[in-house]
Amino acid sequence: MSIQEGIRMAWLSLAGNKLRTFLTMLGVIIGVAAVIALVSIGQGATNEVTSQVQSLGANLIVITPSMSAGVRFTVDDAATIAARVPELAQVMPVITAPVTAQYGITSYDTTVQGVTESFPVIRDFPVAFGRFFSAADVQDAANVAVLGQTVSSQLFKGLNPVGRTITINGQPFQVIGLLTTKGGSLGQNQDDLIAIPVTTAERLVRTRYVAAIYAIPKSADLSAVAVGHLENIFQHQYQNDQAVAVLAQDQLLSTVNSVTTTLTLMLAAIAGISLLVGGIGIMNIMLVSVTERTREIGVRKALGARRRDVLQQFLVESVFLAGVGGVIGILLGVGGALLISGLAGWATRVSVGSVLLAFVFSAAVGVGFGLWPAMRAANLNPIEALRYE
Amino acid sequence: MIDLQHVTKIYGQGDVRVTALEDVSLHVERGEMVAIMGPSGSGKSTLMNLIGCLDRPTTGKYVLAGRDVSTLNDNQLARVRNREIGFVFQTFNLLPRLNALQNVELPLVYRREPRAARVRKAMAALEMVGLGERMHHHPNQLSGGQQQRVAIARALVGEPSILLADEPTGNLDSRAGEEIMAIFQELNQQGITLVLVTHDERVARHCRRIIRVLDGRLVGDEPVTAPLRAVPVHSDQEAAQA
Ligand SMILES: Nc1ncnc2c1ncn2[C@@H]1O[C@H](COP(=O)(O)OP(=O)(O)OP(=O)(O)O)[C@@H](O)[C@H]1O
Ligand SMILES: [Mg+2]
Repeated sequence: MSIQEGIRMAWLSLAGNKLRTFLTMLGVIIGVAAVIALVSIGQGATNEVTSQVQSLGANLIVITPSMSAGVRFTVDDAATIAARVPELAQVMPVITAPVTAQYGITSYDTTVQGVTESFPVIRDFPVAFGRFFSAADVQDAANVAVLGQTVSSQLFKGLNPVGRTITINGQPFQVIGLLTTKGGSLGQNQDDLIAIPVTTAERLVRTRYVAAIYAIPKSADLSAVAVGHLENIFQHQYQNDQAVAVLAQDQLLSTVNSVTTTLTLMLAAIAGISLLVGGIGIMNIMLVSVTERTREIGVRKALGARRRDVLQQFLVESVFLAGVGGVIGILLGVGGALLISGLAGWATRVSVGSVLLAFVFSAAVGVGFGLWPAMRAANLNPIEALRYE
Repeated sequence: MIDLQHVTKIYGQGDVRVTALEDVSLHVERGEMVAIMGPSGSGKSTLMNLIGCLDRPTTGKYVLAGRDVSTLNDNQLARVRNREIGFVFQTFNLLPRLNALQNVELPLVYRREPRAARVRKAMAALEMVGLGERMHHHPNQLSGGQQQRVAIARALVGEPSILLADEPTGNLDSRAGEEIMAIFQELNQQGITLVLVTHDERVARHCRRIIRVLDGRLVGDEPVTAPLRAVPVHSDQEAAQA
């Protein structure tokens, strides 16, 4: 029997039992759709988180003292670190505090970040408009402020804020610049801040202590060396490796990546299991079908069908079930992924790889789970098959 | 044509061992029309299955058309069935999802004949049994006699040298049975070798030789001196042509 004839036969038999054919396919459809949709969501999430971490600033090293270990840093510590770690290009203390900003009668609660002139470079966060404050401004503890986009739009409703005066916790500040838009990162709106000189911040919120010290290495290759150097220093100083956390952005990135990759794999595994269940559904139906058609198999053999012909006939049926189910599943999966990205505002990634994988997998399911029933059919003894009631 | 030499067929092993045929030797010439008779369980179907290459003898030798087929493997037997043998069953055994034409095409499908030739030959075979008008009917739309005629067309379409029929009239009333026997006689006249199993003495009298089986042994083999002539009733134009 030719392949073409086999496909015709399979079609006749599958079309003769449409509901059963559809329900059998449904298992594969759901499995394949789940594989594609979940893997796309996983990959989309990975990309999202990665780009957010990257938006913190390339090669950023964050040095955070542990309050619970009784360690606190002041602005001077930043200078000390800069002097002791030659691999670092720039070091910047950061004071963070919640404040209320006001312009005219509009007031807005936000966060002030006391930083230095290195901020645009270290955070990879340039100004869009106006200028950032200078070393002299920091030196003088000038009352100047650079606004994040969110703060600017809240206070000025689209007006140009540069040159105007706002108050922060009641003290007047001149707005000298507006930062570019950075977007959210790890659940935080990065545009919701006001940057002021760290010296001014010390006075404004009456603290000597900084929340963290940010640094960047002289080159990307030196990041690991710098981190090692810093950890050495703090270990030596405090005899406690929990006292100060030194976190490099690239480390964070790889940690986050390994988490999201695990997540994607887990989603794929769950979806894979549903595909497996779909395959078992095919096997089940094919076994029922072989039993039901025992007499037919006997007749075909009496008329000259060889083992191979019968094997092929049943295999074509199961591959057809899995293949067509696979194609429908791919369409549904891609559609589902697009729908979810539309609803969640999330960039899902439908990769050619995952589509191809799902299709090959479903075809393999058809062959794999169809093979045993088909072999049972092919190996039937014609006389016993003909006697079967 | 058919040459069984000391053939024995044993089913099962140990306690459930059944000797269905014992030391059967049978010779059927090309162009004969033979009836096999015997009580239920005597081994008639077993004998037919052996002749039809659906099964192999446990011991003994079977030479079909000059070729020893008792040692062929499954695929070779399938080929012999496809080329040399046409089967007609008591229960018709048409495939329910295929229409009459598609059922008749089947032996040619397994011969890998191109579609156009298949359809042409299948149509000719259906016309030959008087079902030219019913080609696209499914088995459940046909009477028992019509189904059996489709089955005969299917057995004939590959131009086999032997037609084997196991109680072909067993499920039919006497009139439909008469039609079937008329077709068989016509085919036999055209040169086909025909072996049929029957319980009906009258059906057997349409053949030219009767073989009797009892408990797996051949116990009788006599020619029919004056075979009955079946009157083809189905026949409108076909019989007129023949
Ligand atoms: N596959 C089998 N396994 C075991 N025993 C079998 C098998 N086929 C047939 N037999 C036995 O072989 C003997 C002959 O069976 P067979 O079917 O040839 O009889 P039969 O003459 O055709 O009977 P009937 O007229 O009822 O069809 C019986 O005793 C039967 O039980
Ligand atoms: Mg029988």
